[in-house]
Amino acid sequence: MGENWAFVAIFSIIALSIPLLGILAARLLAPRRPGAIKQSTYECGLETIGDAWIQFKVQYYLYALIFVLFDVETVFLYPWAVAYNALPLLALFEMIVFLLILGIGLVYAWRKGALEWI
Amino acid sequence: MLHALPLAETSLSGWLSGLISGHALLPGEAPLAWAVVIASILKATVIILIVQIGMLYATWGERKVIGRMQDRLGPNRVGLFGLAQPFADMIKMLTKEDITPTAAHKWVYNLGAILVVPPAVIGFAVVALDRHLIAADLSVGALFFFAIGSTSVMPIFMAGWGSRNKYALLGAMRAVAQVVSYEIPQVLSIVGVLLLAGTLSMNGLVISQGPLGDAFPGVWYVFLQPIGFIIFLLATTAEIERTPFDIPEAESEIIAGYHTEYAGIKFGLFYLALYFVTISASAVGAILFLGGWQPPFGFMAGLPGWVSMTAKTLVLVFVFMWLRGTLPRLRVDQLMAFAWKVLVPISLVNLMVTGFLVKLVAGWPPLGVFGAFAVANVAMVLLLLWLVAGWRRRSGARQMSFDRPRDIAAGAAVRGGAA
Repeated sequence: MGENWAFVAIFSIIALSIPLLGILAARLLAPRRPGAIKQSTYECGLETIGDAWIQFKVQYYLYALIFVLFDVETVFLYPWAVAYNALPLLALFEMIVFLLILGIGLVYAWRKGALEWI
Repeated sequence: MLHALPLAETSLSGWLSGLISGHALLPGEAPLAWAVVIASILKATVIILIVQIGMLYATWGERKVIGRMQDRLGPNRVGLFGLAQPFADMIKMLTKEDITPTAAHKWVYNLGAILVVPPAVIGFAVVALDRHLIAADLSVGALFFFAIGSTSVMPIFMAGWGSRNKYALLGAMRAVAQVVSYEIPQVLSIVGVLLLAGTLSMNGLVISQGPLGDAFPGVWYVFLQPIGFIIFLLATTAEIERTPFDIPEAESEIIAGYHTEYAGIKFGLFYLALYFVTISASAVGAILFLGGWQPPFGFMAGLPGWVSMTAKTLVLVFVFMWLRGTLPRLRVDQLMAFAWKVLVPISLVNLMVTGFLVKLVAGWPPLGVFGAFAVANVAMVLLLLWLVAGWRRRSGARQMSFDRPRDIAAGAAVRGGAA
């Protein structure tokens, strides 16, 4: 098992070298003639108006909050599912209760309009 | 030298360790540690080469397939059948000028392009091409794959924010919202498979679908978990941002989304990552639902495992291309509603039903197991159709709408009043 994780670590480093090698190769091969207009922000060919770093709509953060709720749930579900065959029937009902509580949370968010795209 | 290879010890690092200690090739007390490092580098290089070639020809294949579907020929000029096209594209990417906008945050902008590739590649570490052709058979393989895959939202957001471009930021925001939302149905659809298999190891999952599987022998999980498979396919299409779920890079709305400002090789890196994840998601889909390296039929038992695994992966890659060639893009509100109001409830119900069935059918003959799952799945589909029909009747909408009927009525009243 230790050998497998060692491989994953080494593989991650080698994976990182793919983009680095690509950029290095491009630096050697590609031309470089920078210009003010060429490097301006692209906006469909028109002159750029305003800044892009603005306050953004809150809807995205609502989705992120609901996501955190369900993502934590899956952390519980995975070990439950793997050990399921060895668990007694009670494990099923425990998980159904757990999922129902989460389902109520989803219904609440739904009724409150947190899932509506405004 | 080959006669020195003990047949029982087929592990590459074991063989290398013997080689090193037998010939005193490297100094040090621990030949095994060196062997592990060398074997890992060799394995990683081989995987990356295979995946890279697979990716290049996936781009060629996609252009050919989409071309045919749209009554075109696709690339056919460079080389026989256009087979050299991907290499021509690669040379073009490498020799194009790499532009960094003056307004961009240099570090975040460049790091975004660099970091988008590793999450797409690392997933291949746990993909089992054959029983012994797996780089790292982690005991938590499936979980590892999805955990690594989910980190890809961070480089995407870095790219969008670092570009300092309105369209890039919009695309990044959409991408994060979408990937995060569809991750829930994706991981929930897999729990059904885990209940049946009782393991997270990739090889374990494949073995449990073969004749030696201890729980439900010889049945691919796509036949026991058809709804789970469809949810997985849809959620994965959204996860890897392919049409019809490619809202983050919808060129008709927001140019190219989060990679609007990237040119040359850095654009190529985003392209690379897209095809890497398409291939790796197809491979994992084949492992989880289509029996991985198990041959499709009993009489094909002599077929090498990697042949069936490659064939199944290519079938799923083709399905992703087919979806792209067939379906129009969704609207952003439809997309988010589809994840939370349709896929998440269905996958929760599917999960509970599967949990119940696994306990119910313990000890039943295979045909009975199959029948029980078939009945349950058909019942769930009928229930879903009934619910959708009720929705459509009540909302009176011609198009599929997941909005609350109340809101639609209210919206119509407001619009009617204004006009």
